[in-house]
Amino acid sequence: MVTGNAYIPKTIQRRFTGILLVIFFSILAAIFLAPLGSMVLTSFKDSGQIIRNGFNLEVDFKSLKLDNYEYIFTGDHHYFRWFANSIILTFVQTVLTLFVSAWVGYGFAFYAFKGKTALFICVLIVMMIPFEILMLPLYREIIALDLIDSYWGIMLPYLANPIAIFFFSQYLKGIPREIVDSGRIDGCSEYGIFIRLILPIMKPALAAMAIFVGMTSWNNFLWPLLVLKDPAKYTLPIGLSSLMQPYGNNYQLLIAGSVLSIVPIVILFVSAQKYFIAGMTAGSVKG
Amino acid sequence: MEKLRLNLNSPRVAPYMFVLPFILIFGVFFLYPISNTILMSFQSVNFNDIRFVGLENYRALLDNSTLPIAIRNSVTYTVFTLLILIPFPVILAVMLNSPSMRGSGFFRAALFLPILCSVVVAGLTFRFLFNETDTALVNNMVISLFGGERVRWLGLRWPAMAVLVILATWRWAGMNIIYFLSGLNNIPVELYEASEVDGANALQKFRYITLPLLMPAIIYVLTISIYGGLAMFVESHMLWAGRASPRHIGLTLVGFIYQEGVSHGDFGFASAAGLVLLAVVLGINLFQLRLTGGLGKENS
Repeated sequence: MVTGNAYIPKTIQRRFTGILLVIFFSILAAIFLAPLGSMVLTSFKDSGQIIRNGFNLEVDFKSLKLDNYEYIFTGDHHYFRWFANSIILTFVQTVLTLFVSAWVGYGFAFYAFKGKTALFICVLIVMMIPFEILMLPLYREIIALDLIDSYWGIMLPYLANPIAIFFFSQYLKGIPREIVDSGRIDGCSEYGIFIRLILPIMKPALAAMAIFVGMTSWNNFLWPLLVLKDPAKYTLPIGLSSLMQPYGNNYQLLIAGSVLSIVPIVILFVSAQKYFIAGMTAGSVKG
Repeated sequence: MEKLRLNLNSPRVAPYMFVLPFILIFGVFFLYPISNTILMSFQSVNFNDIRFVGLENYRALLDNSTLPIAIRNSVTYTVFTLLILIPFPVILAVMLNSPSMRGSGFFRAALFLPILCSVVVAGLTFRFLFNETDTALVNNMVISLFGGERVRWLGLRWPAMAVLVILATWRWAGMNIIYFLSGLNNIPVELYEASEVDGANALQKFRYITLPLLMPAIIYVLTISIYGGLAMFVESHMLWAGRASPRHIGLTLVGFIYQEGVSHGDFGFASAAGLVLLAVVLGINLFQLRLTGGLGKENS
């Protein structure tokens, strides 16, 4: 930082600080983007060299080629099966989780009932316990329920997502109660009010949570790793990690496949950055 | 049928219908597994052969020789991530928020990008960046800057810890910056204007306005970082490609639970280990609640 020098006007000082900041952050951004940059670059190199060379930023334009991507589209493997599985699972899980969590969040926000405080404390407790502690007993339970290799086994435990419930109920507290009363006067049922009147005005909150839930689901690793055993049912992260075998020659699929797996999220991020930030910071909203 | 529908629609029944999905899922997928862990920690579980063994699993935990290594690794990792991932993101957020800053949206997005990748892709990338060969990016830079030998990053204790911490920094710095930026946005501009009239310099403004008012955000990030750190597993799982790290240099507490429970099928023993972790996490949460409660009193 440039400290006060009485002989330099403030605007020039500011501009100078601004230039220094931009230079500093450009270097920092370059460092942060280098790992992904090196992966993208390596995906265009000869896959046989990867184990020997690792990732680096050396560019030899003559040797760059599209072989790895060609193999993804033409080779004999499960990659696009995994991609489709991930898309279906992410979509279904996001829609169901949002609906169920909004349904529950509405109950907390718009009604007074016996046991409400105790139940809400339960929501907070679930929020505070890392999944890793529940992983083993949950795994045994899923085996007992015969939900191994089933997408229901992946989705069910997180259908009433505590962070989403908390976020929705906070959001709904800011919505005037007259909407509900007018719905009752018009003869809507309690559930009709939620579906016809409340859900439509929750759009911004739903969008933020859709990104949070969707991204968690798309990138989810540990739980699907335990639930899924059949390679044809793998999601992308599980499938990609299964390619990391020490002596396998799957590296062309692994690297280029990893690059392609980021594309949907990056597209989403670029087109909906505002909702992304809102969704990702939702957990820190203070009650 | 008509009667049932009327009942369901009564404003006294409806709230329970709304919270019912949570009650069901909480019972089946939270309360039941948690109580099951407590029960299993007193049992020897071998597929369908279940025997009550009292405190045997807990005694075995004390005797176990790899558990201390796992705890040491998890705690070391957590401490380093806290030392890096709180102060630097606070400073970076303040810099990004400065009125002289240009293009802060772009830089924010660039620093945020790593968190969009799955931990699988992140782990894979770092595995190859920190490859043992001297052509891999990091070794290449280390050799050309400092000379000397290539480093076996994933084969030695401290280099391996460094890779884990660097990976965490890369993934979470952007996220923490966003948390702190939203905290900074809640600070009234008038405070800075008033302090400027009083002749405060940038450092004094940071020390007496920014830092105290950013405390809620800092405590929040501190909490999630502590148990995120103690619960870390997948990052090390990916760095060593799903295999055991040499001399357990990458083994974490959750890695230990996973290894004993999933790989060795010793659910009773793993449950006891899981409960130790649960106790630590709950203790930290209670401590944090007291801390924030205390701060609340101070402010009022």
